[in-house]
Formats: sequence, C-alpha cells, structure tokens
Amino acid sequence: MAEAAHEESGPLTTIVNDWSSDVSTFKAVPWGKAMMWIFLLSDTFIFTSFLVSYMTVRMTSTDPWPEPSAVFALEFLGTPVPLLLIAIMTFILITSSGTMAMAVNMGYARRKKQVFWLMLATALLGASFVGMQAFEWTKLITGEGVKAWTNPMGSAQFGSFFFMITGFHGLHVSAGVVYLAIVAWRVLRGKYEHTNYEIVEITGLYWHFVDLVWVFIFAFFYLW
Amino acid sequence: MAEVGQQHPIKVYALVWLLLFVFSIGSYFVDYLDFQGHLRWFLIIVFMLLKAGFIVAIFMHMKWERWTLITAILVPPLVLLVLMYLLAFEAEYAWASRIVYFGDEVSPIPAPPPTHVGAH
Repeated sequence: MAEAAHEESGPLTTIVNDWSSDVSTFKAVPWGKAMMWIFLLSDTFIFTSFLVSYMTVRMTSTDPWPEPSAVFALEFLGTPVPLLLIAIMTFILITSSGTMAMAVNMGYARRKKQVFWLMLATALLGASFVGMQAFEWTKLITGEGVKAWTNPMGSAQFGSFFFMITGFHGLHVSAGVVYLAIVAWRVLRGKYEHTNYEIVEITGLYWHFVDLVWVFIFAFFYLW
Repeated sequence: MAEVGQQHPIKVYALVWLLLFVFSIGSYFVDYLDFQGHLRWFLIIVFMLLKAGFIVAIFMHMKWERWTLITAILVPPLVLLVLMYLLAFEAEYAWASRIVYFGDEVSPIPAPPPTHVGAH
C-alpha cells in the first residue's frame, strides 16, 4: 500500500516495507502464528542438537552410564519408587497442555473470563513443574552428589547433560509461565477484543511445544 | 480450513488429554516393570511418537492446517535424523578406539563416598 510514499525513507523502512508487502504463503494463518511456528522449528533444532550430542557422549563413554531409573527414584512410604517425581511432573505438564487447549477453544468462543482462568491454571501448573524441577536438582546436587563435572554413579558427563538439557527445558517452562501470565492478564483487560483471539492459540503453540520437548526428554534421558 | 482460527470441540481435546495420560502411564510402566533390551527401546519409541504425534496433530492443530504449513514446519526437522545417524555412526568407532587405545585407563569410575553407600 502506497509504496511511493515510502520510497524516500531510510534503508530500514524500505526493508520492513518490502517484507511486509509480500504476499502471504500460509493462507488463513495469522502472521504471528506463522512466526511462532518458525521459532518453534528453530527451537526444535536446538533441543535436538542437545539430545544428539547427549547420545554421542553416552555412546562413546567407556564408563557405565548412571541408571536413571535408580538415580531419579523417590522414597515413598519407605520404599524407593523409580522415576516417581518425573512421572508426576509429566502428568502435570500434560494436564497443563489440556487446560491450554481448552483456553484456546474458549478464546475463539470469545469467552474472556474462561480464557483468563484456564491460562492462569496453565501458568500455575507450569510454575509447579519448575518448582518440582528445582526440588529434583537440589536433591541431586546436595543429596546424591551429582555435579556437572562428576557424580558417584558412573560416567562424569551424566551431570553436564542432565543439567544442560533439563535446565534449558526448565528455562522454556519459566519463560512460558511469564508469557502465559502476561497474555492472560491482557485477555482479561480486553486488549484482544478487536482481534480473533488468535494470540491465545499462538501462546498455546509455545506451551504445547514445551510439553512436546518434555516427551522426548522423558523418553531419551529418563527412560532410555 | 478457509476461515482464520482453529476451533474444535472440547470433546476432542479431552480425548487426547486422556490418551496422553494413558501413553505416559504406558511409558512409565516400561521402566517400572523393568523391560530390557529391544522391547524396552521399541516401547519407549512407540509411546514417545504416539504422544508427540497427538500433541502436534490435535493440541497444535496441525491436523487442520493446510499442507503448505504442515510441510514447511514438519519436513525440515527430518534432516536431524541424518545428524543423528552420522553421530551414532561416529560414536561407535570412537567408543571402540577408546577401548582399544586406552583400555582401563579411561577415567576410572570414582569410588562412591562412604556416606552415599546404600542411600539409593
């Protein structure tokens, strides 16, 4: 629109105008959603690089790899239950994905209050996930002697990969909690009344992605 | 899907939610029942792909998107399989040469401190 008017502007304006004037490839997809998908695609590459390097190090290690089932056991009623905390964390994240999906649904139905409460519930479940992760880290570091450079159970690299991968994921969850809280608050204040509430779906994409990454971490780090 | 926005019945979400619970319980029991070897790896992968597939298809609405978006997002990650294959290939002989050239000298496992014996 009105290209001639922008012709005399600086290089930055020219670049922005040119990109934004392009035709849409992804039909019926809001640009924010397309951008979120592309961001998630790049994030997929980062997480996969971490997991593949973990695979390489684990395969080349001549020391035995610590048994995750035993390392992440939790005492319950006097008996160690393998991966108990991890299982609870998994269910919490799945539940938060469910509440998020319902928030998206309510968004397109334009039910502001329901969107707000469902997103808040999602954020709180996410925060409790991070809390449990902090508990798990504390238990491993102070209780079991697992450090990023050594541990008493076997291969020294176990700690560095555990802290890097779960730490990077935890960072994503923490950022997601903030993101959810901000969008939920803005929804409640009616900031998106003039839109189709696709912002809730975009936020949801990010949140489901965090759950998706956990599926792979759970399989390859905790179960393998 | 001509119109902007993805609205689908709550029922579908509830069903997927339930399925994700079932698959998670399944993968948890792979560990709890202590399956080993190929059966363990097979089950871990199956449950993982089922969960990932339902999250992407239903929760992230990929099932209802146009093929342009589906291919643009889901095809590029396939190259990561090549990365995985190459590094697994490298890892095998890296491990073998470590054994051949260093043998037992490769960082011996430190003895666990006495306080932790039997703690887990």
